[in-house]
Amino acid sequence: MYDFINQITLWVVPGLILFALLYASYRRVKIFDTFIEGAREGFGMSVRLIPFLVGMIVAIGLFRESGAMELLSNLLIPLLNIIGIPADLLPLAIMRPVSGSSALAITTELMNTFGPDSLIGRMAATMQGSTDTTLFVLTLYFGAVGIKKTRHALNVGLIADAAGILAAVLVCRMVFG
Amino acid sequence: MVNLIWSVMIISAIIVSAINGNIGSVTQIIFDSAEKAVGIAFSLISIMTFWLGIMKIIERSGFINFVIFIVKPAAHWLFPGVPRNHKAMNAMLMNISANLLGMGNAATPFGIKAMDELQKLNPRPDTATDDMCTFLAINTASLTLIPTTIIAIRTATGAQNPTDIIGTTIVATFCSTLTAIFCDRLYRNYNRWKNRSSTL
Repeated sequence: MYDFINQITLWVVPGLILFALLYASYRRVKIFDTFIEGAREGFGMSVRLIPFLVGMIVAIGLFRESGAMELLSNLLIPLLNIIGIPADLLPLAIMRPVSGSSALAITTELMNTFGPDSLIGRMAATMQGSTDTTLFVLTLYFGAVGIKKTRHALNVGLIADAAGILAAVLVCRMVFG
Repeated sequence: MVNLIWSVMIISAIIVSAINGNIGSVTQIIFDSAEKAVGIAFSLISIMTFWLGIMKIIERSGFINFVIFIVKPAAHWLFPGVPRNHKAMNAMLMNISANLLGMGNAATPFGIKAMDELQKLNPRPDTATDDMCTFLAINTASLTLIPTTIIAIRTATGAQNPTDIIGTTIVATFCSTLTAIFCDRLYRNYNRWKNRSSTL
């Protein structure tokens, strides 16, 4: 089963490119000319993102390194015991909507410390896999087109993250607990 | 809201650093993080350039019509403000399919392209439309069938069966996605109701 899924994940990107090129040549599309036409937009789009990325990543770096995040986790421990989230998972739960690469680092660290087959390790894996980095996605996507009034997007994203995190904890308790 | 979180993070970080006597490290963290951010933007250039090129081929060849055919009914219900066969619809469908397969890096250029196209339908360019909010709700909930990165990390840390979290991840991701769509609909209906009662 693992080999099968592993093969699928290995094949997804090359397979899509292969299929796209085969189908495009069947439809007699000028493949390379078309590629260049689309690729030309890549640079400008990435450069437009720089101010948004700098602003967010500096804030996250300061918040984590200064110890402010740890302070917040310590304050919230009684609340977490009521919901049933192990306190060790709190930094991950806080970081997951804010910074993808930091969350991934925390997940890796949790699996190393508790073992990938421990309940905490599996909860961390499920959390990491089941929600995306809300703040990053909003910054990136709204930033790319210059939207300043984001309306209800952030609230919806954070509520969905909370639902995903709770679901990850509950489902893992039921399946692996 | 983004303004609030951003300023609270920085202000609290500086105050906590001062209390802990680490105020000297603040400047260094700012420099390091800013450099990391620009690094991310530059590494995006490569993948964005390549994928936007491939996407143009997929778009031009008409291959996208297969994907649209499968997801179309749901997409029309989710994005009522986007005309049928509009470029924004194609880009969003590509983004959602790439996310489903766990191709996070491939999904991002499609997503940004989708926002670009949605922006062309936007009467007020500084304000998000309903459809943009729905699109981001689905994206932030990250509907994934194959969590590729996590499987790789589990393999690296010596898990007995690295893929055994796929089941729990699919259940959790469906919970977060359904919650996102549900909340987004509530906001949409509430705003419509508010606008209607204010015009009466």
